[in-house]
Amino acid sequence: MPDSGINVLFLGKNFLRLLEGLWVTMRISLIAVILSIPLGILFGMFMTLKNPITRTLSRVYLEFIRIMPQLVLLFIAYFGVTRAFGWNLSAELSAVLVFTLWGTAEMGDLVRGALISIPKHQYDSAAALGMTKAQTFVFIIVPQTMRRLIPLTINLTTRMIKTTSLVVLIGITEVLKVGKQIIDANRFDYPTAALWVYGVIFALYFLACWPISSLAKKLEQRWR
Amino acid sequence: MEESIQLQVSGLKKKFGAETVLNGIDLDVHKGEVVVVLGPSGCGKSTLLRCMNGLEAPTEGIICLDGAAITSGGKNITKQRQKIGMVFQSYDLFPHKNILDNITLAPVKVQKRAKGEVEQQAEKLLKRVGLWEKRKAYPRELSGGQKQRVAIVRALCMNPEVMLFDEVTAALDPEMVREVLDVMLELAGQGMTMVIVTHEMQFARAIADRILFLDGGGIVEEAPPEQFFTNPKTQRAKDFLQTFTYEKRNKIPSEIESFERRN
Amino acid sequence: MRLRFDFWNQLNTEFMVKYLPWYVDAAKLTVAIAFWGILLALLVGVICSILRYYRVPVLHRIVAVYIELSRNTPLLVQLFFLYFGLPKLGIVLSAESCAIIGLTFLGGSYMAESIRSGLESIEKSQLESAASLGMGQLLMMKEVIFPQALAVSVPGVCANMIFLIKETSVVSGIALADLMYVTKDLIGLYYETDEALLMLVIAYLIILLPVSILASVLERRLRYAGFGN
Repeated sequence: MPDSGINVLFLGKNFLRLLEGLWVTMRISLIAVILSIPLGILFGMFMTLKNPITRTLSRVYLEFIRIMPQLVLLFIAYFGVTRAFGWNLSAELSAVLVFTLWGTAEMGDLVRGALISIPKHQYDSAAALGMTKAQTFVFIIVPQTMRRLIPLTINLTTRMIKTTSLVVLIGITEVLKVGKQIIDANRFDYPTAALWVYGVIFALYFLACWPISSLAKKLEQRWR
Repeated sequence: MEESIQLQVSGLKKKFGAETVLNGIDLDVHKGEVVVVLGPSGCGKSTLLRCMNGLEAPTEGIICLDGAAITSGGKNITKQRQKIGMVFQSYDLFPHKNILDNITLAPVKVQKRAKGEVEQQAEKLLKRVGLWEKRKAYPRELSGGQKQRVAIVRALCMNPEVMLFDEVTAALDPEMVREVLDVMLELAGQGMTMVIVTHEMQFARAIADRILFLDGGGIVEEAPPEQFFTNPKTQRAKDFLQTFTYEKRNKIPSEIESFERRN
Repeated sequence: MRLRFDFWNQLNTEFMVKYLPWYVDAAKLTVAIAFWGILLALLVGVICSILRYYRVPVLHRIVAVYIELSRNTPLLVQLFFLYFGLPKLGIVLSAESCAIIGLTFLGGSYMAESIRSGLESIEKSQLESAASLGMGQLLMMKEVIFPQALAVSVPGVCANMIFLIKETSVVSGIALADLMYVTKDLIGLYYETDEALLMLVIAYLIILLPVSILASVLERRLRYAGFGN
């Protein structure tokens, strides 16, 4: 009887607990995004340097972070770094660390892409008007870069929210874990609880990500 | 020429939303006749051509090829289009196919003709326009004029009864215009039925059997080329022709004048 | 704080050799799931992009909803719903099937968007010149639109493939013995963390590097040998 299972959501504080669980991953993504944006801007500018050493270094960093599944990075941070440096990183702290490293790489690449997309004649015509390098950067380059960058950054946020769902696999109690606890606790009274609980979690993620990615799409279309 | 009407346009109206682009066009094109459509930009001449090939559906009126109506959409239109060749301003060769494949694609796949026979015809046509040695090249390797000649050959290889040319030299560098127009002149000499939209006045005068002057979505004047260019009847045609003659100094005032008179 | 600079010297190679077969089996599973997932995602992607491109009534709206659902939810949540939720409706699927279905559900929308951007990059004048040669819709799609769209879509499609291979790492969440699962198992059982993680990284590099290199070669070739006007 799949229709009785839905009641489990309204039992006690169950729905509230799910929301709290969702907040755990949201908090990790928010912290990571907030840290990634300034770090990524610096990293992106760093990547446009002509120096071959910085270029190789940043390339290797970017490619390694990019090619490894985020879950592998999480495992390395959580299981590996703890031992290697003798730090005792909590699961949550290692998650913030990994997603910041990942976000910085992704953000950096977006910044680099936006910077090199500015055609050379923009620099030339600014110079022809007698602008200094700093003036060119502030008045010409940054405003044009922002238009490209803002929708992509918003998109990065939804990717971050989706990806942080992985933290359940290093034992953080977040929405999926809370869901499982609720299902287990009501195994006998509500045998179909799993369908409803996981269905609701699916819907919650959608409600969290969809408005953000729609906003990004709108901005992208308007500013094209 | 009375005996054989090949393309017949009657009461053609075309609206895009609230804007009326063609407002009642009647036109008979006879077999072997070359009709050149002139007019200021936005007068609807391209739309007229596009309706003739079913690329735009008429809002009202009917277009017949050999007495059969051309209706946009549906299976019938692909049959009709095989009898009407069309060449566009932007050449639109298929960039992923070489020149020979561009030409043979439709005759083989659409008309289901034997590949060997089509290639023989393509060879003959390509040699005629002087591009046989480019048969293995890709469109990007050709100049605009060469691409446009290939586009004409591509349309001709379908053995059409009528050819439509939509400002085919408008996108070309001046030195390449000639090579394309020469091909068209030769074609006219061989008795092909043609409807041409162009801005090349000298060429229009040389090739046309009849000039059709369109303005504001309607036919304003219809005359043999000599008469149209030397002694146009309507004021609008006179104004239009004047925009092509340049006199030192008073070029701009005369243009402003004609602009004002038209409005 | 105890910094370890002797990482390579301290590796337990005996352990690594002993458990290598575990990783080989796990890698096979990862590759198999990725292969089927990508193949089906491509199929779904082609169908959805065509429905969207031609704006097929009703269906193109359904596809739009599917794409939003798929792109705005994490694969792990999709898998939990498939694996733990659906059986309550009487739909019982093996973990492998769930993984492949989940990957297809996720990847289908990404593929659809990449392919559609290729289809929409074809200029209208190309379609008109094909139409003026008497081509029907089917022939036009096969001979004119699709081959050109492919060249535009390939970089996006390749990026999606790499993305999907990486995403397979979450199937350990529904107890499939993939690379992540085996690694976690070995860490839990023997505490040989460095060795287990090193083998994990190497395994993913072996799978992903060739695909990634192939993708960039393909992309470069398409860009330079492009047949654009």
